[in-house]
Amino acid sequence: MSLLEVRNLRVTFATETGEVQAVRGVSFTLGHERLGIVGESGSGKTMTGRSVLRLVRPPGRIEADAMTFDGRDLLHASEREMRALRGKRIGMVMQDPKYSLNPVMTIGRQLTEGLRLRDGLGRSDATAKAIAALEAVQIRDAARVMEAYPHELSGGMGQRVMIAMMLIPEPDLLIADEPTSALDVTVQAEVLSILDGLVRDRGMGLIFISHDLRLVARFCDRVLVMHKGLVVEEIEAAHLMEAQHPYTKGLLNCLPRIGGSRAPLPVLDRAGF
Amino acid sequence: MTGLPAPSPQRRLLPVLGQIALGLGTLAITLLGLLLITFVIARIVPTDPVLSIVGERATPAQIAAIREKLGLDLPLWQQFLIYVRDAVQGDLGRSIRTGQSVTAEIARYFPATLELATLGTIFGTLVGVPAGVLAATRPGSIADQIVRVVGLMGYSMPVFWLGLIGLLVFYGQLDWVAGPGRLDPVYDMMMQFTLTSYTGMILVDAALNGAWDVFANAVSHIVLPAGLLGYVSMAYISRMTRSFMMNELGQEYITTARVKGMPEWRVIWVHAMKNVAVPLITVIALSYAYLLEGSVLTETIFAWPGLGSYITDALFAADMPAVLGGTVVVGVAFVTLNMASDILYRLVDPRARA
Repeated sequence: MSLLEVRNLRVTFATETGEVQAVRGVSFTLGHERLGIVGESGSGKTMTGRSVLRLVRPPGRIEADAMTFDGRDLLHASEREMRALRGKRIGMVMQDPKYSLNPVMTIGRQLTEGLRLRDGLGRSDATAKAIAALEAVQIRDAARVMEAYPHELSGGMGQRVMIAMMLIPEPDLLIADEPTSALDVTVQAEVLSILDGLVRDRGMGLIFISHDLRLVARFCDRVLVMHKGLVVEEIEAAHLMEAQHPYTKGLLNCLPRIGGSRAPLPVLDRAGF
Repeated sequence: MTGLPAPSPQRRLLPVLGQIALGLGTLAITLLGLLLITFVIARIVPTDPVLSIVGERATPAQIAAIREKLGLDLPLWQQFLIYVRDAVQGDLGRSIRTGQSVTAEIARYFPATLELATLGTIFGTLVGVPAGVLAATRPGSIADQIVRVVGLMGYSMPVFWLGLIGLLVFYGQLDWVAGPGRLDPVYDMMMQFTLTSYTGMILVDAALNGAWDVFANAVSHIVLPAGLLGYVSMAYISRMTRSFMMNELGQEYITTARVKGMPEWRVIWVHAMKNVAVPLITVIALSYAYLLEGSVLTETIFAWPGLGSYITDALFAADMPAVLGGTVVVGVAFVTLNMASDILYRLVDPRARA
């Protein structure tokens, strides 16, 4: 059975100038596999990810024909049921740890609060678990990181903390929303390989949201290409380079290649769609 | 791993202690500046302290004698140094009106203001912060509208008008509270002649003496003016809380907390509030300082013998030493509060500590 099923998802924002649809009917299913969602800014990929957690802020509105996670109806679940799912079974890593970690709480408190509040663990048990989680994302100085505040960490370190935090409850599904876009290229590879390893080891489902086609192709099993709130192409990652849809092809053409010609890159031709 | 400070409980406190030392230095310099300004103002205003002592029919010899006695024949800079020296020793001169030490008089008047302003600030914070949070979490709702309208009224209605209406309704018509003044005359006598004064704040002193009837009477006197000041500061605090909270609730770390499955009360009151507290401290301290400056109008309407009415009365009598003394005390209170908010700010925000 599939882990997540989304049918005809729509996200609408009521604005003063009328309704704006950020997502206009997205459908996909996900097993314990790695699904990439690519698209330009504003294509609706982030909203798709957040809809799964039902974390679209008002005035945004989520509608779908069906949205189920592990057999549970996400559309009609109560807020309490959603909270239980969010804490425990679905996690999300966001783009920039500078903003996604609470600036005035120590890393330790942020890592342990779920364990202590939801799972009722004592202080020392929770701390031990949090340190283990930090070590799992290859932070060597875990005890000291626990006492640090977010602004005292580098971007790569912060993102590893974020990953550790989301993986502590051992979720079945992780949504990674541009997890490496705010990081230096060298750190990107490191964080990605950590994420990759953990997802593989634990057999989690992963939704990997990115604007980076190559990254997604390398990292995922299947890719959804989104454009203006719609999925224009769904393709096995291995076959991405043979994509049929003109938009996907256009995007691929815009990528520079090492050793390729130095002529100006083509600009995406938007006339066709 | 570089850049991570050593883990220790002192990490929170040590930089703060340094800040306190630095703050005290700044405080001294600021106060010196304050003294200079008040001193200059005192010499610029066209009142002659000698004349108000000796009267209009004094002989030139008498005038010269008094001038010398007051030290007014010395060069200005020397006068200033003497002024500073005395002020540092707690001597703010003698009131021309009463001939009493200004310091002693202020020590009698200031606690009344302190009591009123403190209660007002507590009230304004206890009501204003939750109201602001309520409004921020339900923008556009009826609760939000109510908080907005009530706050707007607090801003825009003149305090003397609100005070008079308050007295008319709650004292005159409903008789729920006591009228102007700090105590009924009977209790005032008790306070003066049978009870020990520790702080000059009647509520505190009465409680320390265990004189609960005096306490109750003082409460019924202070409720209205403190409520009024509290309302004005609540209007400001709730507005600021609303906008700070709205801003924080849009931040990404709030989404993180929700992704972790944290209940909404915790998202708002722990995750967001810890961040809202940082700017809010300054807001509350400023509004407290504003009330301490002597809410002249409120004190006048409620016949409240506080610093505001002291300075006003002194001003009408051209009693410059008293005016200056009062100004210096207000300045000290202001600067001290600012420093306190600076220190608190650093305790709350780790980024400001380094």
